[in-house]
Amino acid sequence: MLNEELKASISNIDETVSFDETGEWLTVMVNPGGLNSLAKGLRYDEALFFDYLFCLTCIDWKTNLTMVYHFSSTRHRHNIVVKSVLDIKDPQIETLTHIWRTAEFHEREVYEMFGVHFLNHPDLRLLILPDGWEGKNPMRKDFEDPINMIKL
Amino acid sequence: MVEEIGTTTEGDLIINVGPQHPATHGVLHLVITLNGETIKKVEPHLGYIHRSIEKMCESLTYRQFIYVTSRMDYLSAHINNHACALCVEKGLQIEIPDRAKVIRVIMDELTRIASHELWWGAMAMDIGAFTPFFHAFRERETINDIMEETCGARLTMNYFVPGGLMADLHPDFQQKVKSFISLFKSKVDEYDELVTGNVIFRNRMKDVGILSKEDAISFGCSGPTARGSGVSCDIRKLYPYEVYDKVQFDEVLETAGDSLARYMVRLREMKQSVRIIEQLIDQIPEGDFQAKTKAVLKLPKGEFYTRVETARGEFGVYIVSEGGTTPYRIKFRSPGFSNLSALDHMARGSKLGDLVAMMGTLDLVIPDIDR
Repeated sequence: MLNEELKASISNIDETVSFDETGEWLTVMVNPGGLNSLAKGLRYDEALFFDYLFCLTCIDWKTNLTMVYHFSSTRHRHNIVVKSVLDIKDPQIETLTHIWRTAEFHEREVYEMFGVHFLNHPDLRLLILPDGWEGKNPMRKDFEDPINMIKL
Repeated sequence: MVEEIGTTTEGDLIINVGPQHPATHGVLHLVITLNGETIKKVEPHLGYIHRSIEKMCESLTYRQFIYVTSRMDYLSAHINNHACALCVEKGLQIEIPDRAKVIRVIMDELTRIASHELWWGAMAMDIGAFTPFFHAFRERETINDIMEETCGARLTMNYFVPGGLMADLHPDFQQKVKSFISLFKSKVDEYDELVTGNVIFRNRMKDVGILSKEDAISFGCSGPTARGSGVSCDIRKLYPYEVYDKVQFDEVLETAGDSLARYMVRLREMKQSVRIIEQLIDQIPEGDFQAKTKAVLKLPKGEFYTRVETARGEFGVYIVSEGGTTPYRIKFRSPGFSNLSALDHMARGSKLGDLVAMMGTLDLVIPDIDR
């Protein structure tokens, strides 16, 4: 599907989203509260059918945290990027685990590395960091570890 | 986290497999809830070899960070380097010379053969057949020798750099690859005869760890794991890079979705890799092996994503650049991480002994999962 058609279909699901076409793939900016309904539309709409979530990550922009989701369709072979800007003081967003099962592990990784809370996640625990890890989240830009981190 | 062996309130037994266990091929820790011998739940605990490569890369320049990526999926070192080099080249909009493109593809396919051979030997050993390991390593050694001559290293090659290759090929490269290929063709059939038809082996693999097509996609599986379930996901076919759109090869698909299907996909993939190398080895164009690049690379502000097909599946590199000499944020989408997430779903309801066959056919490389 072409970008124009994608934009029209996605606008039908959620009118409040904005688009960015500077990158390789169409980027959709969505409010954290609207992610769940948009995700359902992306996954179950027959014309969109984004059934493959191949990358889920987060970027620390110091003033905010941005969730980045990369979707692909195994049927139509089109790709899309969905972004959602979170408040850095209280980052919260709905989980996508019930739509794409792979989100469970990826969200647990983002949870411990960036401190994003995924609402309604079935099993939000530490995955990589050792038990009883306290303190800041390692992938945040303000993370400091004087013993183990070597500054170049 | 459950650390000790114990029982739950329902009387189920909890046992730990790993982090030091021969069947996990690395420091993978699985906490398994058992009812008798039937698996109720598998919980992976990761992080024993987590080096935070993504964080490390944020302070390394675009020339430096590629070397770290060989240490992730060390069996596909060339292909990891390839993805990173492609991503930097995409940002800088460099077109690399044809000679470099062809050599990169040949190296990738040799890596794939070497990786699948190690998997084949190690997996057969998990199942209880010891001899295949020696057979596989005998041929793999030849590939390592070929790599060593050209790249100077046997495991973490660091041969691909942004703009092309680190150095030109060794003069003996073509002749040695040709003699290896002619030998290896008969060896793949030998592997097939040695293991695939074995009754014990088939009983251990058939209908074990079934992953349906829908689940494979939902869990984000890729590579031979997903292709064993009938998902067409070969990045080399779908989003061709370098010269993959100019060579003839088939995407290997099986539909059963069990361990045997995943086994057959990898075995047949080795033959496809041989096909690709055969088409290219006499067609390496003359010319430069590296494009002219600046000494200090600066990516323009923006986001760049590349996908390549490693021996384990889809490997993605996501670079967020602020216009500086180092990436602002870098994310490696490793195939093993997503493939591992499907293990719990596959294993539920089967016997503990079958877990080894499932882990074997997922082809887990732990540094790739932990990063």
